[in-house]
Amino acid sequence: MNANMLNTALRKVPGWLVYTLGALPFAWLVVQLFTGGLGVDPVKALEHRLGEIGLQFLIAGLAVTPLRRLTGVNLLKHRRAIGLLGFFYVFAHLLVWLVLDIQLLWGQIWADILKRPYITIGMLAFVLMVPLAITSNNASLRRIGAAAWRRLHRLTYAVVLLGAVHFVMVVKGWQVEPFIYLGIIVALLLLRIRVSVLKQAWVRVRGESRKRVI
Amino acid sequence: MRFKPDMKWSDVTPKADFLNRRQLISGAAALAAGGVAGQIAAREAWHPADGEGLELNSFEDISNYNNFYEFGTGKGDPAQYAGALTTKPWTVKIDGMVDRPGDYDLDDLLSGIATEERIYRFRCVEAWSMVIPWTGFELNRVLDRVGVQPSARYVAFETLVRPEEMIGQRRNTLDWPYREGLRLDEAMNPLTIIATGLYDEPLPNQNGAPLRLVVPWKYGFKSIKSIVRITLTEDEPPTSWNMQNPGEYGFYSNVNPEVDHPRWSQATERRIGDGLFARRRPTLMFNGYGDYVGDLYAGMDLAEFY
Repeated sequence: MNANMLNTALRKVPGWLVYTLGALPFAWLVVQLFTGGLGVDPVKALEHRLGEIGLQFLIAGLAVTPLRRLTGVNLLKHRRAIGLLGFFYVFAHLLVWLVLDIQLLWGQIWADILKRPYITIGMLAFVLMVPLAITSNNASLRRIGAAAWRRLHRLTYAVVLLGAVHFVMVVKGWQVEPFIYLGIIVALLLLRIRVSVLKQAWVRVRGESRKRVI
Repeated sequence: MRFKPDMKWSDVTPKADFLNRRQLISGAAALAAGGVAGQIAAREAWHPADGEGLELNSFEDISNYNNFYEFGTGKGDPAQYAGALTTKPWTVKIDGMVDRPGDYDLDDLLSGIATEERIYRFRCVEAWSMVIPWTGFELNRVLDRVGVQPSARYVAFETLVRPEEMIGQRRNTLDWPYREGLRLDEAMNPLTIIATGLYDEPLPNQNGAPLRLVVPWKYGFKSIKSIVRITLTEDEPPTSWNMQNPGEYGFYSNVNPEVDHPRWSQATERRIGDGLFARRRPTLMFNGYGDYVGDLYAGMDLAEFY
């Protein structure tokens, strides 16, 4: 199957199906939560899994453009769903921390947010996601205008980077997994820079060669 | 606060209850064949209580939720992978400022030292806690046996390095071997024990078999597991987490709700096994053992010596 046929098929996948599939990990976590499947400390397990899945969705959203450029496979139609699912899991991760872990002890929560860099960074990433989630609908896109909307949604790059740094900082010692996430994200961001820089360089070269012809 | 220096098993969990629990876990056959209890000299468990939080964590909780990075960084990794560790024969090198240094076979070293039960709170620096019924003996018994020289001021400990069996050691999560240390007076304190068992059974590998330190008024990472070396020194020995991140982990690492850790507020803790919606508990100074160890730090600024 070539990319075009695949894209035709992908375009036919309805949005609700993407949301439903994306909610399955959440449903599975809830089932495990009430059947003892999350181990000795279900609160931490839930908190960590939700954050991890959230980061995975955000990375998937970040991969949509490079995937199209490199392979021609077009998931653009579903990028909004992927991003919103990422937001949903990150929000759930935050809620589990607030309600089940730190248990709304606001004094401790504020101290944590201000004094603990990994929590500061995680909170910042979440706060930056909020306007993106709120404007992830056609009405907002029309109201803001496509160019401004696109500029606003470049915040995603900062959000995903901050999310990965949050993960790197939260673990103790030198652990491989968070660095793998960070590496993938940096690679995906570099791919964009490279492509755009190359494009500019190409435009410049072409412009100069035209000048010479004239 | 109400302190009861000689809590008994019966004060903590009705014996029948935990026996029932144990039967569920290991099967009645294991219990019938055991007769382990007979070897234990003292039945009373030393558990300074504060009137609440006496419910023991189950054997499953204690043996399936471990920080033992030699077997991986996940809490379940040690239970999954520590079975590969050979704990017999086991040699402990005791050296430095002692009268009788040497490579001691564990059985020889412990021969004649009676074990007793100690029910201790266990507080991890990650702000979770358990209540654990250890079997063991005071560290000072071993130190007396090898003869500590007057110039010694610290005790250093090292964990086994054996990457073939300890798969976490194939990565440099920490600078192996895992190292810990105590000031000599901390090491000689009667609360400081070497644990060799849990719930009247031999220590599971994931909990630090065949012998580990338990220092109940300090964060859990001080209680070094699977010890192969004990060295008496004049200077403060390097300790693993302090080496890894000196800004976050101090040498003393006493449980202290007033001195924050850069990553975790230490004011409250979550008791493992309490359930999904259980309230956090306030963390106690010296993990509730201040009456026994507070004097060790008289005049010291505990914010500076954290």
